[in-house]
Parts: sequence; structure tokens; C-alpha cells
Amino acid sequence: MRGATHVRWAACAMAVALAATACGGGGDGAGAGGAVLSASWTDPQNPLEPANTNEVQGGKVLNMIFRGLKQYDPKTGEAEDVLAEKIETTDSQNYTVTVKDGWTFSNGEKVTAKSFVDAWNYGASLKNNQKNAYFFGYIDGYDQVHPAKGEQRAETMSGLKVTGERTFTVRLSQKFSSFPDTLGYNAFVPLPRAFFDDHAAWLAKPVGNGPYTVQSYTKGSEMRLARWDAYPGEDAARNDGVTLKVYTDNNTAYTDLMAGNLDLVDDVPAQQLKNVRADLGDRYLNTPAGIIQTLAFPFYDKKWNRPGSDKVRKGLSRAIDREQITETIFQKTRTPATDWTSPVLGAEGGYREGLCGQWCDYDPAAARKLIEEGGGLPGGQVKITYNADTGSHKLWVDAVCNSINNALDNDRACVGNPIGTFADFRSKSTTQKLSGPFRAGWQMDYPLPQNFLQPLYYTNASSNDGKWSNEEFDRLVDQANAETDVAKAVETFQEAEKVVRDHMAAIPLWYQNGSAGWSERLSNVALNPFSVPVYEQIKVG
Amino acid sequence: MGQYVVRRLLQMVPVFIGATLLIFLMVNVMGDPVAGLCGDRQCDPATAARLRKEFGLDQPVWQQYLTYMGNVFTGDFGTAFNGQEVTELMSTAFPVTIRLTIVAIVFEILIGITLGVLTGLRRGRPVDTGVLLTTLVVISVPTFVTGLLLQLLLGVEWGWIRPSVSPAAPFGELIVPGLVLASVSLAYVTRLTRTSIAENRRSDYVRTAIAKGLPRRRVITRHLLRNSLIPVVTFIGADIGFLMGGAIVTERIFNIHGVGFQLYQGILRQNTQTVVGFVTVLVLVFLLCNLVVDLLYAVLDPRIRYA
Repeated sequence: MRGATHVRWAACAMAVALAATACGGGGDGAGAGGAVLSASWTDPQNPLEPANTNEVQGGKVLNMIFRGLKQYDPKTGEAEDVLAEKIETTDSQNYTVTVKDGWTFSNGEKVTAKSFVDAWNYGASLKNNQKNAYFFGYIDGYDQVHPAKGEQRAETMSGLKVTGERTFTVRLSQKFSSFPDTLGYNAFVPLPRAFFDDHAAWLAKPVGNGPYTVQSYTKGSEMRLARWDAYPGEDAARNDGVTLKVYTDNNTAYTDLMAGNLDLVDDVPAQQLKNVRADLGDRYLNTPAGIIQTLAFPFYDKKWNRPGSDKVRKGLSRAIDREQITETIFQKTRTPATDWTSPVLGAEGGYREGLCGQWCDYDPAAARKLIEEGGGLPGGQVKITYNADTGSHKLWVDAVCNSINNALDNDRACVGNPIGTFADFRSKSTTQKLSGPFRAGWQMDYPLPQNFLQPLYYTNASSNDGKWSNEEFDRLVDQANAETDVAKAVETFQEAEKVVRDHMAAIPLWYQNGSAGWSERLSNVALNPFSVPVYEQIKVG
Repeated sequence: MGQYVVRRLLQMVPVFIGATLLIFLMVNVMGDPVAGLCGDRQCDPATAARLRKEFGLDQPVWQQYLTYMGNVFTGDFGTAFNGQEVTELMSTAFPVTIRLTIVAIVFEILIGITLGVLTGLRRGRPVDTGVLLTTLVVISVPTFVTGLLLQLLLGVEWGWIRPSVSPAAPFGELIVPGLVLASVSLAYVTRLTRTSIAENRRSDYVRTAIAKGLPRRRVITRHLLRNSLIPVVTFIGADIGFLMGGAIVTERIFNIHGVGFQLYQGILRQNTQTVVGFVTVLVLVFLLCNLVVDLLYAVLDPRIRYA
């Protein structure tokens, strides 16, 4: 009896071993299905709804299956019309939108003005718990459907009116000249009736109007997207489809790429940066993305908000050797920051190289002098708070502290203060419980200088966690938003940015690059300003 | 025996409640999960408040716990933040991890016990020394090193296996990850069996069996091994629980979407429902494994009787 069991076990093991060798070795997994490419992915954190997706992974999919009124050019970041035939205004506050004819959702339903208005009203409505609801905050009547406190007082926003099958009007609660340029963001895409009629079914298999359709979606493991042959847009997919595979670790994805089981990795792990050139040669891309990392300060804390403390902040900024850190720790996948926006905006779009000036140049002697003049470090020591769970923040925080300690010739001038989880870090920073500088990162929602400045530095703005407040800055931002001339608006934003600089409201550290590596089967791989691959342009074979 | 089983099952109730309560408190101490849901931007207060209400986070912890336990008994483990039912997550994660655990346990039993018997019978010979050294190396090298090394060699350099496991995770693809997961335990099983065998070899009943003229094979399997297996069975039984919950390193390396990975994600995203749900099930697994181990004692050694 016992012997028999042993034999059976052994037989099982043998069979299993044989099966293993049979399925290994080929490395043909990626090649299956013609010109379909496989790409690494991480499970979206939130349910996949346009106005509820606030991270890159979900945004990726929305970008593939949806097209909105505008789209950001992958190279220049400029907002270009897609479904918008025209967006007209005379006063920067009342807009008339005309939707192009001939667009349908992949289920055959026509895309009309109502598809937009319904989607926007859904996104703004408090009862739908959409995390990106604030995108609709400029539209008149938002405070009725999404009050800061209490129950929702209206079902729809009064600022939105359907005036024809293909036209609708938008009334904003204040002047906002860049409003049309924000419409390329995923939250503003149209939604088909199916979304409202059978919400659960839609979530299980989203239906959109983009170059791809969702073929199957297994939560937590993979999503298969196929090219939509009837796609009416100009940017139809040049491949047959994309299989997004969920990876537990981007190192494993990279290994799979090396072994030929995966075609595209859009986040080369930090540990592999040393080898990536040797491994992939020119099948590796490393370009700036609309992401900037800064050190923010707790202005609600008196120690950091007293006369002269701007000198301390400037001194700290000058004590950080950005060049060296980006080179040794990030292998040049980050670029030292010299302003508070991002190079992806371009010079015309509001990026001003060197706006920070001397305050971002490494100079230990000047740093020591500035900090001394500013009354010294509050409490004799700065603690840089960061979350230790993701993003390898420990590495650079330690490096920044080292740099500061060396510059100030004081081993205890700066220490890192890790917090276990991102959620805990966020809850501490958003409830003003931090007592020293803390890591802040900003990934742009749309390529506009407004997006890099207003949410972060405007009084009581949504991401102004340090509670910095400056009347002049607020006034300039308001003025820039009301400006109808784009060039003038950009100039005014830069004036506002100079106020941020003069008070050193946050220390700019570096711009983050997006990276991608791909297999020999692929060509024409590019990253858009959001560091997401432009999937529809990738050629296979 | 029946009475014993019932008593053991009853004992599980306070352990179960205590363990889940502890986990519940620990996850709650970590802070407000809604703060991390909106990324680097603060959730607007109205939405945050609604989300908190939806997940029941606005109630005191003891009330959350009571509601949670009430739901668990009706099979409702709540909803993860991405809108998926936790039971749905479990139904995809547990089969994968169970398969991985089976592979690991099979390796432990097959290789571990075989090596243990071999070395136990040949103490001091080159085989024994060799195996002892090898197990020492296996124990001292961290799992992630073994895992990454095997993945690189077998998967990338030689192309024998796929470096990552597909979502379906069939047994075939789990061989190498299973071996990696089993490696450390396997070494312990080997050493445990070796010592046990070596000790019992000199015992009276073995001498008697040999004196009776029983064939060597029968002496070893029936008399020596059977009695030597008691500590090994205890170890393997407890190991089942550890392997299921502690497979996190192996699961990350080989892209296995199992229990360890879900737990890790749950903790990272501070998803109370996922973490508590999975831990609840793992606690049950531990308790059941222990029960089975205790019952197996009686099978292996009839002298062990329970009132």
C-alpha cells in the first residue's frame, strides 16, 4: 500500500517534469497570434472608469480604448483635436463644443454631444465616488453635484447643456483660457449608454471608442486588446493587438523580456539600469516625462514659516548635488531640475530652463552661509520624510541627506524619516502631521504649466500639502488663467513660478524620465509625455 | 478519537477569533487607507468621506470587526478597493498557491525524506558529509538568491523553463518555483530525518526486527522509517501553512499571482478587507494542518492515544 503510493508520487513528479520541459525552452509565448505584442502591466488600483482612474496603469488602458475631444501629441505634448471639430469661446468662460461626425463606440453606438455631457456629469457626481471628480471643478454647478460637505443638491451640472446632436455648451465658474487644452485628459472621454445601463458588465469588459477594443479582461492577470478595424480616427493601430500581462515585479518582466517571452517593458527596474544598454542596445528608450520630484515643506509649522526661513530652504537647495545623485543613483534616468515644471512642456509651453538659477546650483559654501543667515536648521536637524514601500525613495533620500551633511560639514544635519506605507505617508502629509521636509512628486495630468503650479502652490489647492500660501502667486495664477492669449498666459505663469522660486516654496530635485525596453520583434516604439508607450504606433515583425 | 477531534475543533474558535482580531487591529493601526487611494493628490474630502463610509471605515474599530466577522460567517469577505470581491481574489489566488504548495511539499517528502534516510543509514560516509554540506549551503543562502539564480540560468541563459509563470499556473510551470520554495524546508526535512533515523537505528525494536530475520527493506520502511517520521511529519504539517502564507518572495520572483502576492499587495495598498480575509483563511489552514498532524501521530505510532 505504502509502496504503491510512493510509486504514484514518483510518476506524478515525472509527468510534471516532462510537462515542464515541454512548455519551456520555446520562448514563443510572445509570438502567438500574429502581430499581437505583449507588454508588462500592473493591476489598476481602482475600478477602471475614466473619471476614477488616477494612476498610470489604468490610464494606459483608457488611452488605448478611448479617444476624447483632444489628444496630446506623443512628441510635442501639444493638445490636438480628435473628436472636437471646434471648441469656441469669446470670453474664456463660455465654450461651445462641436463633436466630429462619423465617430461611434466599438459597439456601434454613435458618439454624440450627449455621450460627453452624460459622462462628465457622471464623473462629477458625488454619489459615484469618482476619484478624479475634481477635473470637472471648473464647470458651473460642480459645487451642487459635488459639495464639499453634505448631500448632493443636483443631479447634473448647470454649466453643461446639450444644444444639438453634435454640439454642447460649457459654462465655467471662472475664466480659464487653457480649459480646452485640459480636455485631452482621460476623465473627459465620452461614455456609451452601455456604461450607464449595465455598469457591472461594462466594468468587466469596458467598451470605448479608441483604436483598440477589450477582447478579454481577467482581473489581476491579463487584458487582451484587439485592434478595432472600424476605428474612424487617424491614429488606427499599426499592430493587431496588445496583451497586457500583469507582473508581480518589474524585475520579472525584464527577465521575461530577456528570455523572449515578453515584447515590451515600460518600466525598466532600477537594478537593471546598469546592464540595460548592454542587454538591449538601441531597443531601450529613456526620455523625460511630465514628472518632477520636489521636497515640500510644512508651512503650517511655525519653524518653517518664520522670517528668514526661505534662506534656510534656499540653503538646503544649494546643498544638494543634483548632478551627482542623478548620475550615480539614477544612472541618468532623471535630469536635475532647474525649474518647477517639466521639459516636456517645451519652451513655448511654459518650461523655462534655469528659472531656478543659482538656487539650484550646488555650492556648499553658499549653502552654509544661507542657512546660517536664515537662523540655522529648525531644531538643528532636518528630517526628510518619505514612504519606504515603493519607488525606492530611500536611496535618493539618503543620498540627498549625505549631500546636505557633507555640504554643511555636519553628520547630523539631515536624516531620512521613512514611513511604512504610501497610504500612511499620504495620510500624514495630507493632515499636516509632518514636522520637516517631505518628498513630493507630481505627475502632470495634462501638459500645461497651470497643472504644475496651481494644484501644488495655490492657497488651499488640492495637492498643496505643505499649505504654502502667497497672495501674489495666487493673483498671478488667476490672471494667467483669465488670459485669452496663450503666450501671455504662459508668461504670467512663469511670473508666478518666480514667486515660488523667490520663496523656495518647494525644492525642485529632478525631472523623471520614462523608460522602455522592447524585443527585436518591435519597432517604432515611443513614449508619450506621460511616459506611457504609444501602443497604437508600435509595429510588430 | 472522535471526542478528541471535536475538542480540537472547539479549541480552534478562540484561536481563530484572536488571530483575526489581532490582524484587524494591526492593519487599522497603519492609518487611513483612503489617503493612499488618490495617489499623490489629496482625495477631495467629500469623496474621501463617502469612500470611508462605503468601506465602513468611519465606524469604531470594534464595530468594524464585529460587522466583518458577521459577514465572514455568511461567506462575505468584503470588497477590495479595486472593486473586486475578496472571495473572487481568493478563488483565483488560493488554487495557484495550493498547487505551488503541493509541488513544494512533494519535493520535501520525496527528496527530503529519501536523502534523510540515505544519510541516516550511512552516517559519517562521504554521502552523508556531502548531503550535510549541501543542506547547510541551501539553508544559508536566502530564497531570493536561489530563485533569481535559477530563473536566470534555467529561464534566460539555457531557456529550459519560462522565467515567469503564466496566469493559469499549471503544475508544469510550478516545478522550479516549487523547488525554490521548498529548498530551505527540504534541507531541514533531510537533516531532521537523518538525525531521527540515525537515533532509532540503534533502538531495541530495530535490533529485534533484524534479529527476526526480516528483509532489510522491510526493517527500514516498516519499523525504522515509520517511527522516525513523527518529528518530520510535525515539521511538514506546520510547513504547509508557512509555505502558503510565506511564498511571497518566490511568488514575486516567478510572477505567480498567489496568496503571498495578494497579501503583499493588500498590505502595500493598505486594503483591510484583502489582508484580513486572506489571513483569516490562512489561520484556518494552519489550524487544520495542525489537527491533521496530531491525528497522523496516532496512525504512525499506535502507542500515542488520545483520550
